[in-house]
Amino acid sequence: MSRYSRHIILSEVGQKGQDKLNSAKVLVIGAGGLGCPVLQYIVASGVGQVGIVDFDKVDISNLQRQVLFGTSSVGMNKAIAAKKRLEDLNETINIYAIPEQLTIKNVLQIFKDYDIIVDGTDNFSTRYLINDVALQLNKPVVYGAIYKFEGQVSVFNYNHGPSYRCLFPIPPKEGSIANCSEVGVLGVLPGIIGTMMANEVIKIVLNFDGVLSGKLLCYNSKTSEVSTLKIKRNPVEIDKIKSQPDLSYLSIEDNCTAVKEITNDKLNFKKNIQFVDVREFHEEPKIELSNCLQIPLRELEENINQIDTSQTIVAFCQSGIRSKKAVEILLNQGVTNCYSLKGGVMSLFEKQSI
Amino acid sequence: MQLNIKYFGLIAELTSCGEEQLEFQGTKIEEVLEKLFEKYPDLKTKDFQVAQNREIVSNDSKITGGDIALLPPFSGG
Repeated sequence: MSRYSRHIILSEVGQKGQDKLNSAKVLVIGAGGLGCPVLQYIVASGVGQVGIVDFDKVDISNLQRQVLFGTSSVGMNKAIAAKKRLEDLNETINIYAIPEQLTIKNVLQIFKDYDIIVDGTDNFSTRYLINDVALQLNKPVVYGAIYKFEGQVSVFNYNHGPSYRCLFPIPPKEGSIANCSEVGVLGVLPGIIGTMMANEVIKIVLNFDGVLSGKLLCYNSKTSEVSTLKIKRNPVEIDKIKSQPDLSYLSIEDNCTAVKEITNDKLNFKKNIQFVDVREFHEEPKIELSNCLQIPLRELEENINQIDTSQTIVAFCQSGIRSKKAVEILLNQGVTNCYSLKGGVMSLFEKQSI
Repeated sequence: MQLNIKYFGLIAELTSCGEEQLEFQGTKIEEVLEKLFEKYPDLKTKDFQVAQNREIVSNDSKITGGDIALLPPFSGG
C-alpha cells in the first residue's frame, strides 16, 4: 500500500486530490503551539512544498504543547528543529526552514514561493503584516489564534472573501491582550486549533466547498462549545490596504511594536546603560547600582522624565513580565532605545553579571 | 426586551461570566455597549467586536435580535 492510500480510497480525494496535495505549496509562519500541529498534518498529508518561518528557539516550556519537539530540540531554532523532525515523518516532500523573523523587508521574498499562508504567530504586528501582504498578493491565509482555553479559526482572503481587517480593522495596542507566555495556555488547546487549521489548508488545496471563509469559528475547551460567527467582506477596509503603494504604513500604524528583550549575557556593561527597576519598593533582592533607577510600573508613565532617555534603557522586574509592559509604556511615549530584561532580576545573578 | 450577551476571552474574565441576560430598552448596538460600560467600566478600554445573531456587526447597527456577543482579538499562537 502506498503512503497516501487512505486518502486515495476516499472518493472525495482520490489520486487526483492527492496529486493536488503533492503539488501544493504551503508556508507556515510560527512553529509554535499552532504551527506544530499544522506542520505535522500537512507534511503527513503529502503537501509537496512546506516552508517554516520561525526565528525563535525551542524552550523547555514549549514542550508542554509543541509536541513536534523533544527534549533534544531544546535550544535549537524552531524552523530547523521542525524540519529535522518532519523530514523523518515524510521524506518525499520538500521542506524549507526559514530561521528568520518575518518583517516588512523579507515578507514579499518569502511569500512569493507559496500559494497558501498559515498564520500561527503569537503577536498582532506579524498577524497584520501577514494578512495585508497576503491580501495584496491574493493568497489565502489560514488563521488561528488562542487565549488560555479559547481559540479562533478562520480563512481570510479566500476567493475574494473577507480579510482579518474585516473582522478587526485596527491592530490593538500590544500589551492589551496577553499571549501564552504571560497568561498560560492549556497544552491541548493549540493542538485542537492547529489541527483545525491543517484541515482548512487541505480543504483549500482540494477545492472543497466548506472552506471556513467568511466565518470565524470560536472554540472553548472548557465548555467544548463551538460558536461560528459570520464575517462580511468590508470593501472599505480591503481597498485601504490594496491601495497602499508599499508596506511602510505598517510600521507607522503598528501599535504593537514588538518589545525587545535582552538576556543578561548580552548586556555589555558599559556606562551608557540605564537600568530601570519597575518592581515595588518592598521587593527583594534589592539592586543598588549607580546606573539603576527604581520606578514601580504603576508610576512609570508619569515619571518618564526621571529617566535619561539618551542612554540604552534596560527595564527589569522579578520575572520579565512587568518589564515588558514597562517597555511598551516607554515605546508609546516615543522612547525607542529600550529593552526588557528576559528572566527578570534573578537572571542577573545567574552569571554574576552585576 | 431581553438580550442574551455572550462574552469571549478576556472579556469573559472581566465580566466574570460567559454569558448573561440583560433587560434593554433601545434600538442600537452602541446603546447596549453604553449600558455594559456602566456595568463594567473597564470594558471601555478593551478592544472587541460585536456580533449580533452570530454575525459581526458595526456598533451603529440596529438591534434585530436577542443574541449579542462580545469578541476580543486573540494574539496567542
